[in-house]
Amino acid sequence: MTTREKILKAVLENQPASTPPPEVFFFPQETGNLSDKFADTLISIGGRAIVVQGLDAIGPLLPKYFDTTRRIATNIPELAGTAGLISQDVDPHSFQDIEVMLMRAHFGIAENGAVWITEQLMGQRILPFIPQHLAVVISASDIVPTMQQAYQRIGSARYRFGSFIAGPSKTADIEQALVLGAHGPRTMTAFIVH
Amino acid sequence: MEPSKTIDHAALAAEFNKDPERVDWHDATLWTVRQRRDMRAHQVPEWEALREMASQIKENVLSNLHSYLQQFEQNAIANGITVHWAEGAEDHNQIIYGILKAKGINQMVKSKSMLTEECGLNEFLGSKGIDVVDSDLGERIIQLAHQRPTHIVLPAIHLRKEEIGEIFHEHLGTPKGLSDPQELTETARQHLREVFLTRRAALTGVNFGIAETGEFVVCTNEGNADMGAHLSEVHIASMGLEKLVPTRQHMGIFLRLLARSATGQPITTYSSHFSVPRPGQEMHIVLVDKGRTRQLGRPDFRASLKCIKCAACMNTCPVYRRSGGYSYQATIAGPIGSILTPNLDMDKYKNLPFASTLCGSCTNVCPVKIDIHQQLFKWRQEIIKEGKGSAQKTFSMKLMASILSSPGKYKLSGSAFKWVSKWMPFLVKNKMNPWYRQRDMPQAPATSFKEWYKKNV
Repeated sequence: MTTREKILKAVLENQPASTPPPEVFFFPQETGNLSDKFADTLISIGGRAIVVQGLDAIGPLLPKYFDTTRRIATNIPELAGTAGLISQDVDPHSFQDIEVMLMRAHFGIAENGAVWITEQLMGQRILPFIPQHLAVVISASDIVPTMQQAYQRIGSARYRFGSFIAGPSKTADIEQALVLGAHGPRTMTAFIVH
Repeated sequence: MEPSKTIDHAALAAEFNKDPERVDWHDATLWTVRQRRDMRAHQVPEWEALREMASQIKENVLSNLHSYLQQFEQNAIANGITVHWAEGAEDHNQIIYGILKAKGINQMVKSKSMLTEECGLNEFLGSKGIDVVDSDLGERIIQLAHQRPTHIVLPAIHLRKEEIGEIFHEHLGTPKGLSDPQELTETARQHLREVFLTRRAALTGVNFGIAETGEFVVCTNEGNADMGAHLSEVHIASMGLEKLVPTRQHMGIFLRLLARSATGQPITTYSSHFSVPRPGQEMHIVLVDKGRTRQLGRPDFRASLKCIKCAACMNTCPVYRRSGGYSYQATIAGPIGSILTPNLDMDKYKNLPFASTLCGSCTNVCPVKIDIHQQLFKWRQEIIKEGKGSAQKTFSMKLMASILSSPGKYKLSGSAFKWVSKWMPFLVKNKMNPWYRQRDMPQAPATSFKEWYKKNV
């Protein structure tokens, strides 16, 4: 008998009588402006939320928040004028000098300030994690109330990799003192497009 | 097999308590985490309903584990992931060694995984000439100091910043006396970035495996799991059998509960869903039993397998907070650890279910509604039944049972206690009486209740 068979046999012998999965309830949420709530939550967890009227407004804002003398990269074709378009098939290690990475997110979640980004929008999966600063572009109408609606929206979509990202990389491993910028981005900005 | 040496929790806790200032700090720090959890939980009006759903989902998983495991495996394989099965630490470690050896890799970066900690993976690979660097900041700190984690979410919570400064001074060349968390974290960031950029293999733990899709979810705040996995040629994920959830829709419930319960965050910074390997990358999942099927077969204790490792029970536990993680001598300390460990080695861990006041706070904060304190109580009964109780406890319990079952003896013992307390207090106020060690003995009343009742009613 293989290890697999042995384990599965032990599981079958030892598992209790089957109970059904519960009905998954959705709960009424506070009404109000979801994109405002998303912005407030993101700020409360150390992120930045900037409302813009269109993609064109992002470029001129960058020098205010970032060191634009360094490598600013994006995979949003419309921003090719303000940031270097990244090539999809280079070695991911070559992204280590990116100062700011601009990418789209599918949608945001009001209750926790997270955005959902799949590999399709990342280009390469290391890109939301390796830059010193991450900036995502999200539409003000693409905000869901809670994680439950988030997965409902994802549905059975096929993605190869996807991540909920909520704010900058952080740690509190030294005496519970919160430090932003552990291994990933030191800041996380959401440009909320109205 | 040699019988294992029993962990003396009380003695180890006494050791920790030799430094009262540290105990107070440890206690207060973890209590702050518990308070943050409360604050976040109270912001969610449906919190209790979420706990109930999470509990029922996990019960469904455990009672259908045989089919969910096969469904998960089948979908993961279809996604291009290689799935391995391991019964215990030895074959888990051998499988991982085999994967690395086949690729000629002798350096690996690892994100937080209590399972690999439990399996002694670092030491094993070290003996085979493979160097493993832990990349979670807390785990890196204790790895440099050759220590073990004392908390499953906050591995270095037992150390003060000055001590961490000293460790960094010795190993990472920071200036002597540097203890600012910001500067120490920045040093670790630079040091570990170099590691991420040069390792061909990365190992991560698994928070959830989704049976419906074969993907697995890894949650971190630091981003270390992602930095390792997306830069490596080989990604290995070590996963306990019980980590499954049926569908993506169920994940919504667990991600609402996990970080709020663990650290009082609304969600961890990163909740990454790994489904298909990167082009050119190998992805492996090692499914590990290591006592889980045995625990599944124990009706009284199988609920412990619902655990999602948030550590809320540890943060709230008055015993854990004041005795420190090392007093448990187990990878998973605290209340949940005290249910899981006797299953692994009863002789070694038989004292741990007694390291509790049974106050029930752990049960009240558990996001998947494990009846932790009830199970601790059941383990005590089991351990006594197996004849593994301490001689002192067995003697006093037998004495107690005999007195309480006989009205005559009860009456006699009451007056005897009164007499002894009054005339020979040293007989009860001595070191042989464990109750007296940390407490004063109560004053014996002048009249017993029975005497008072006869006189007044």
